[in-house]
Formats: sequence, C-alpha cells, structure tokens
Amino acid sequence: MDALKTTLPYIISGISVGGQYALIAIGYTMVYGILRLINFAHGDVFMVAGLIMVYLAASVPLYVAIPLMILLTVLLGFTIERVAYKPLRTAPRMSVMISAIGVSYLLQNLALYITGGLNKNYPAIPWISDRITLFGMETSRVTVITPFLTILLVVLLVLLINHTKIGMAMRAVSRDFETSQLMGIQINRVISATFIIGTFLAAVGSVLFFTNYPGVVPTSGAMPGLKAFVAAVFGGIGSIPGAVIGAFIIGICESVIKGLDTILIVNGAISEQIGLATFSDAFTFVLLIVILVFKPTGLFGEKSTDKV
Amino acid sequence: MKKILSLTLALIMVFALCSVGTAYADNPVVKIGVFEPQSGDNGAGGKQEVLGMQYANVLTPTVEIDGVEYDVELVYADNASSNDKAPTAAQTLISSGVSLVLGSYGSGVSIAASDTFDAAGVPAIGVTCTNPQVTAGCDVYFRICFLDPFQGTVLANFAKNELGASKAYCLAKQGDDYSGGLCNYFIEAFGKENCVYEQFPEGTSDYSTYITNAQNQGCDVFFSPVSTEAAAQIIAKADTQALGMPILAGDTWDSNVILQAAKGTDVKICVTTFYQEGADAEFDAGIKEWINNDATALANNGGNDELAAVTVMGFDAYYVALEALKAAGSTDPADVLEVLPDVSYEGVTGAIAFDDIGDALRDSAFVKECNTETGVWDFVSVATVG
Repeated sequence: MDALKTTLPYIISGISVGGQYALIAIGYTMVYGILRLINFAHGDVFMVAGLIMVYLAASVPLYVAIPLMILLTVLLGFTIERVAYKPLRTAPRMSVMISAIGVSYLLQNLALYITGGLNKNYPAIPWISDRITLFGMETSRVTVITPFLTILLVVLLVLLINHTKIGMAMRAVSRDFETSQLMGIQINRVISATFIIGTFLAAVGSVLFFTNYPGVVPTSGAMPGLKAFVAAVFGGIGSIPGAVIGAFIIGICESVIKGLDTILIVNGAISEQIGLATFSDAFTFVLLIVILVFKPTGLFGEKSTDKV
Repeated sequence: MKKILSLTLALIMVFALCSVGTAYADNPVVKIGVFEPQSGDNGAGGKQEVLGMQYANVLTPTVEIDGVEYDVELVYADNASSNDKAPTAAQTLISSGVSLVLGSYGSGVSIAASDTFDAAGVPAIGVTCTNPQVTAGCDVYFRICFLDPFQGTVLANFAKNELGASKAYCLAKQGDDYSGGLCNYFIEAFGKENCVYEQFPEGTSDYSTYITNAQNQGCDVFFSPVSTEAAAQIIAKADTQALGMPILAGDTWDSNVILQAAKGTDVKICVTTFYQEGADAEFDAGIKEWINNDATALANNGGNDELAAVTVMGFDAYYVALEALKAAGSTDPADVLEVLPDVSYEGVTGAIAFDDIGDALRDSAFVKECNTETGVWDFVSVATVG
C-alpha cells in the first residue's frame, strides 16, 4: 500500500502529461498520414495558441476567450497550410519539409518579438485549475480531466474518420493521393480539413497543458512538440490510436523515471541516490530507438507494401 | 516576372540593412557594452538588470574623461541566456568599440564569454553573476556582487537555524552553472548526507514530479535557485500539490516574476539578495517614477514598479564603470583595465571595491520572504558569515 501511495502521484502526472502529448501527436500523425509531411511547425502552433490565450484573457472574459482562441488557432493552422504548403504541392517532399521548418522559426521569432522573450503567465481558468485531493494526494483538477478529455476527443475523431464523408475522403487520400483525386475527391478541402482538426486538438491541448504548467515562452512549443512527434513515431506514424497510446507510454515513462530514485529509496531498494532523474529525456529517446530497431514501423504502424 | 520579383525582394532586404542610421552628437562618445540576456530563460532578469543601467544613464548621461566631456552610449548585445551564443554577443560588443562591458545576469554566459573578452583585452564588470569561475582564471573579469560559496553558506545556515530544517531537497538545471554551482555550495554547507540533489533537463515543463520527490523523501526545505521562468512553474505546482515546506532560493528569485506567481498561494518563499527595497528611499522613489513614466521600462520590469535587486545592482555597475573611465583618463580598454582593480565606489547597495581576483569585497546579504497576500517582499534579516 505504501509503495502504491508513493508511486501513484508519478503515474497520475504521467497520464496527464501523456494526454497533452497525445493531443499534439494526433496533429503530426494525421498530417503525415495524408501528406507524408512532418509538420515541424505544429509544436509552435501549440505555443501560439497559448500566447493568443494570454493576450485574449487580458481583454475579454474567459468564456469568450477560449472559443475565440481555438478559432484563431484553427485559422492559423489553415492559413499556414494554404500559404506555406499548398503552393509546394508538386514540389519535392523535402521542399515542403524545409518550408515547415521555416514556418516553425517564423512563429518562434514572431513570438519572441511580440513578447520580448519574457515569460507570459497563463491565465488561471477557474474550476479546472482548482486544487483537489485524490487518493490522499493533492493535485489540480486539470490533471484528472486531461486523460478523459483526450480519450473522448480521440473517440469522436475516430468516429468522424470512419463514419463521415470527409472521413472517408481522408482515408482514401491517405491510401493513394493521385487515385483519389481521379475519383473526384477535392484534395485541397481534405487537406485543409486535416489541418483544421489537427490544430483544433493542439489548441485544446494548449489549454490543458498551460493550465497545468502556466508559463508561455517562444520555445514552449519546442519540447512538447518534439515529444509528441516522438510519440507519433513510437505509435506508428499515420495511426491515430498509435499516436495516443505512444503519447501515454512516453508521458508515464518520463514521469516515473524522474521519480525513480525516490521510489526506490522510499521502498528501500537502494540507499543512496543514483541520479536517474537527470536521464528522463534520454530514456524517452532510448526507448524510441529500441522500439524502432525491433519494429521499424512503430507499435501500430501500417506495413509498407511495395507497389510494382 | 518571377525573376524581377525576387530581385526586388533581394534589393529591399539589402536596403533595409543599409538604412541603419548614424547619430550625430556634439560631444565625443564613449561606449559601454551591455552584455545581458534579453531573451531565453533569463530574459526577464537580464532586462531588469539593464533597467538599472538605463536609469543611471538617464541621470548621468555624460562623463568627464581627462578634461573632456564624453556622452555615454550603452551598446547592447543579447546573449540569449545561452552559453553558445554568449561569445558571439561578446564579440559584437568588442567590434563596436566599447571601452568596457557590464554583465551578465547568469553566470554561465559570463564564463562562456570570458575568453573572448580576455583575448580582446576588454575589461568586464559582472553585475550579478555569482559563480566563482567567472573571475577565477580570467584577468579581465571583475564583479560587484557576492559569490556563491558565500551565498550558499548563508542559505544553508538560514535553512538550519531559522527554518529548523534537517533534510533539504536541492533542484538545479542540468548544465546551468548558476543553479548547479549554488546547489553544490549549499550542499557543502548543509551536509551532503542530509541533502537530496536532482537536476532537470533543458526544456522541462513538468515540475510536479520533483515536488512529489521532495515530499516522498520527507524533506523540510525545497532549495531551487533556478531561473525565474522555471520558478514560476515550481511555485504553481508547489501550491496545487500542497508542498508543505518552505522554498529557498538565491538572488535570481528576487524578482517580481516570483511575486506575481506566489501571490494568492500558500507557499512560503525565502531568498537571499543584494538590496532591500526601502533601504534608500530617495533612490527608490526616483527610479520608480522613471519606470512608471516609460512604457518600455515598465513592460521590461514585468508591468509594475516593484524593484528587483538586480536593477539596483545594474545602477551601481554603471557608476563603477564611470569611475573606472574617470580614473583611466582614457577610453582605451587597456587603460581602463589597468586602473580597474583600484576603483572603489559607494553605491546604493553598499561600498564596492575589488580584491586580488577581481571579486567584490562584500560580506553581507539580505534575506527576504515573499508576502503572498500583498505580493511584496518582507525583510527578514541581514546575514553574514562569521
């Protein structure tokens, strides 16, 4: 029981972090599934969502600010696709990727210019940022809400993809770009829809993430973005359930490794610190390498069949 | 058509570069380099330190060197709180012909740039970089603040005697000279066997596990002299997870970023610092009026006029620089370097003089506690090490 009590906080915080990574990871994986493009700007869109919220909350009430922030972020995602990716549709894939890196730096530097590089405090959202007691541990309500909200959104997304016309179009496009074009699918609409869904989830993710860790700086999106990308690759890039499960695994591992020293000491396994916490990020990436060595397509990745 | 368009674009960019104008002044100009982070982890602190220099520059815009009245121009370079960008920023200052350099906030960047300053023979005066390595082994680096071995001991004594702590949790940022160094000196003074020491990697946003670690290991004090950006997150998490022990930190936390983060929470925060607001009422009133009347200054100070000790240190550093220029009787960096060891100045933060290594002769620090109801610092005591 004692062991459980010391370990539980790490697991819960890990699940919560995982849920936030998952919402970002879906954006990566969907865009990759359809365009075969790794949208490097996605993490920065997430950061911009945080900043928009900071500035909006200063002037309008929260019930206006949150929907407006989501709307503006979606608009940003849509615009980025139209301006930076669409003109390069016929260009080699590498050019689009470089364009994505360009957008990423553009967003970071714009944010640096606007904020002056200073940390912006994220507004506290009542109710979800309240402190609650769960199994005798203190945490904020958002920590508990995150995984459930994530799973709810993912279920809705999977329903959308499997049972609607636009979802069917997405699946078709991800199978074969050119053939689906020949079949009369308006490819630009499908791609825009993909970006809109991806940025919508990133915007929701930003509310959960920054409520939990309330500080927005221009590089806030970099690390979560990278971890979410790793999660997407880990789960098999292109697969939505894969991205979500990958994100939860990475979130939990990271959190548990940070606390492993303490868990072991408290349970009497070791008597002195061995400094494992320092390696929490390294472990995450080692895990990724190990999985990729044994299963190159990731946990749920589609098998690539060579077309003759 | 496309060619013309791209050519026009390229030309516009070239002209934009050329359009950087030159200012004309009647007096000759002496340049003082400001080597401070304006972005990155320590951006907020760097900006506050610069504020002090700017205010001093407004009060005393000229200096008489060898009978000639010079206009003082502050030349800025952003070291971006990053050890690999610091040498480039230092080089920028040297290339623009500064007589001496002030800064930086954050010891890591100062250590990283010390070789560049050394090679060029340009003297630098550290304002609040407290790590011993800044001046050790570098002939051109001086500093006006106390050092980490002193600060670490003061904090450890305070934790033991005033807070009655018997086990401490120490948290530093991986690869950060300031927090890592200060943690080491704290641990040395507190007793290694009674400390839990952990480091978090760059880009960490989830500090909840470190809070849990401290709670699970039964510590009585949480020592985390990290950047203010991380601090805001740690305080937020300490509040939601009911940390249940006081948080202790060094001079970086003496900032209104911390006050804003801690206001309305029930976290006890104590810091050691260089200056206590209210120690010089006339100075306080003057600088507050200036900050309130200058929108940029107000924004750089975090939106209110609460004074950070680093601002006051920046103010004093500017006058130390002027003293050095007067004593040298020349704007040549080599002449300034020669007289700098003997320069002394009675500043707002106390008497400033240098020892053989170039460190300030200081033996006291202020201990302050954050008042979470009103959001200001309450004075606790003046600490010295016997």
